Amino acid sequence: MPPAQTPAYNESVVRFGTIMAMFWSIVGMSVGVLIALQLAFPDLNFQGALGEYFTFGRLRPLHTSGVIFAFGGTVLLASSFYVVQRTCRARLFGDPWLPWFVMIGYQLFIVMAAVGYLLGVTQGREYAEPEWFVDLWLTVVWVAYLIVFLGTLIKRSEPHIYVANWFYLAFIVTVAMLHLVNNAAVPVSLLGIKSYSAAAGVQDALIQWWYGHNAVGFFLTAGFLAIMYYFVPKHINRPIYSYRLSIVHFWGLIFLYIWAGPHHLHYTALPDWAQTMGMVFSIMLWMPSWGGMINGIMTLSGSWERLRYDPVLRLMVSALSFYGMSTFEGPLMSIKSVNSLSHYTDWTIGHVHSGALGWVALISFSCIYYLVPALWKRERLYSYQMVNWHFWVSTIGIILYICAMWVSGIMQALMWRAYNEYGFLTYSFAESVAEMHPYYLIRALGGIVFLLGALIMAYNMYRTIQGDVRDEVPVGARKGTKPSRAVPDFMKQAA
Amino acid sequence: MAKNDTPPRKDNFEAPNKLNRNVETTGHEWDGIEELNNPLPRWWVWVFLGTIVFAIGYMAYYPALPLVHYTVSGWTSRGQLMAEMQNADAEKHVFEDKIVRMDVQAIADDAEVRTYATAAGRMLFSVNCSQCHGSGAAGAKGYPNLLDDEWIHGGTLADIAYTITHGIRNGTDEKARNPGPMAAFGKDELLTKEQIDDVVNYLSVLAHGFKGNESTERGKTVFAENCALCHGDQGQGNRELGAPPLNNAIWLYGGSNKDRFETIWNGRAGVMPAWGQKLSESDIKKLAVYVHGLGGGEAVATAPAVSATEVVPAAPAAARE
Repeated sequence: MPPAQTPAYNESVVRFGTIMAMFWSIVGMSVGVLIALQLAFPDLNFQGALGEYFTFGRLRPLHTSGVIFAFGGTVLLASSFYVVQRTCRARLFGDPWLPWFVMIGYQLFIVMAAVGYLLGVTQGREYAEPEWFVDLWLTVVWVAYLIVFLGTLIKRSEPHIYVANWFYLAFIVTVAMLHLVNNAAVPVSLLGIKSYSAAAGVQDALIQWWYGHNAVGFFLTAGFLAIMYYFVPKHINRPIYSYRLSIVHFWGLIFLYIWAGPHHLHYTALPDWAQTMGMVFSIMLWMPSWGGMINGIMTLSGSWERLRYDPVLRLMVSALSFYGMSTFEGPLMSIKSVNSLSHYTDWTIGHVHSGALGWVALISFSCIYYLVPALWKRERLYSYQMVNWHFWVSTIGIILYICAMWVSGIMQALMWRAYNEYGFLTYSFAESVAEMHPYYLIRALGGIVFLLGALIMAYNMYRTIQGDVRDEVPVGARKGTKPSRAVPDFMKQAA
Repeated sequence: MAKNDTPPRKDNFEAPNKLNRNVETTGHEWDGIEELNNPLPRWWVWVFLGTIVFAIGYMAYYPALPLVHYTVSGWTSRGQLMAEMQNADAEKHVFEDKIVRMDVQAIADDAEVRTYATAAGRMLFSVNCSQCHGSGAAGAKGYPNLLDDEWIHGGTLADIAYTITHGIRNGTDEKARNPGPMAAFGKDELLTKEQIDDVVNYLSVLAHGFKGNESTERGKTVFAENCALCHGDQGQGNRELGAPPLNNAIWLYGGSNKDRFETIWNGRAGVMPAWGQKLSESDIKKLAVYVHGLGGGEAVATAPAVSATEVVPAAPAAARE
């Protein structure tokens, strides 16, 4: 059913978002490298020279918010505006003011949050650190986002709503709900910046981890699955493997994810029944999570040979593989006896990063590699060899990072629970900290290498936007192939 | 690339594709994307159902419903914790009872109890003492090494127990070991910079057996007039005054010329908290046995130092900084 006519889409807001996403990726990952080095070399806190502003405690939320909300969030905003217009064959609702308000307003939220962190303005809630006035501003932006997205869906000229848009909508609606409930707080004074949480004690902790876990589920999983559902089939020009699987795994994910949060509070004051609920829902979540991976990977069936010469596709396949790995590791770690080993150790940090670097960042990079030539009307990227370098460098960075954290996490756990024959602990906490040093170095190295990949991407995208083409041997070409500026076949095919 | 005016293409499904050969699409199309109508993978369905069955079984076996206290297993996390704590206490009970009744010397003399007390003391040390003295008790600059046989305030079991209980110059415990601080010879203009340099050089002769020269000769005189009163004419130290020996290679505040100069210029007054205010008496006994057994512990007979009960503050509190 070819469209009779295609409306003009608002691509300028997407272009702006794509550039901001690249900017935030480098900022957020640089801070990550710094705090990784601070853990290995505490002098890098610069506490004597620069006061408290650049200590680990201030910079850690800057890193997490920088990569999750600034980088990840801006990729989601930009890609959702791109995808919803094309799959609905409709210009954005409220165009141009409302989409621009959402995009600029969200950047303002990031800046307000980041400045607050450095100044010590924080609620102290993980992944929800911004204080009440920043939360209110984000609420306004987010409602506008929902209006733009829903409005575009309503005025669509396609009969059905594409699966990517289900995921985007689930992400927008659920994040709104999580944000409102978890940030319910009472400001101490009308013009003051300090507030206290509306709930207290274990109830507050449960709300926080209901939020924290579903930020992973609906921000970092559902949102980026939406990206996968559009950009993977578009890039390789193949139909999605299974419509039925997409329905079942979508509803499975939506229904099960929301109950799994209590697994962050195993063996705490949380009642046993709630802990059990968190664990069993996490286990049932395993297959619905994998549904997305199966649908992505199986869409490639018949196109596997493209991996030899299409480095963007390599990024997509690695992203899906890391997604599958970390959504298996997650349910595993939610099992109480495994959790009693893994909880509070570096294993958790490694798990988060196999998802965040392996899945979220790699699928975002491949999305940006698709978007930049599409948005700036270039026939090809400046360099595919650089994409290939980016792929290898970031994969090696991830492997260094997560392997170091597995080893150090399990070692920490075993040291903490080692007893002698009289029932006394074998090691002091400080001894376990001292043992971490080599792994913290490896972790920092992995982060540096990963950041290097992002810098390669930023340069490549800059040259692509400039309209330059690098004279290079195509990726996967036979030995002796002459360098050229030709457009690779897979780019022509996707046109 | 996605161009707005290009109709969706369907012409590259011809590549060999065993899985999708006979599958039709749903007939939907968005921006060129179609969907195949493949069934759910069998293994996926079975594993999904398996996890649901597991979940139901697990919920019957363990607490899973609010306000319902019956479960098949009868397990609760509190119950498990209590049982584990009781087990651990039962094992320790025998020894703990003995340690409460025995004095610290008796503990050290009983091989079995000493082994237990050493194990417990090591852990107490890791938690409470390692921050300053290091997890291996090797000390740090300003915090004495507890592995060697140099003791500033006495190295018998009783001395060590007393020091741990009451601490040093802490101002929180009346019975703390409270010798006067070392004078700030430079800052308070008791000695000139040149005189201090000479003493710094002389210490190399005293401690390391270096050959003397003019400077060390002058330093020897200054030492005899200013330092020997507390540190002894041969630099042998004086425990009653808390003055460490200077005739060996052990340097509490660093042995470089710069470190020595800094110590003499500013003076020193090491502080230690009174752990008796935090730890139980038997925990302190265990710590004393552990520290005493690290290698440098002194037997009662050879200890010329004051006994634990007779320590008199060497200087009034007002003399402290």
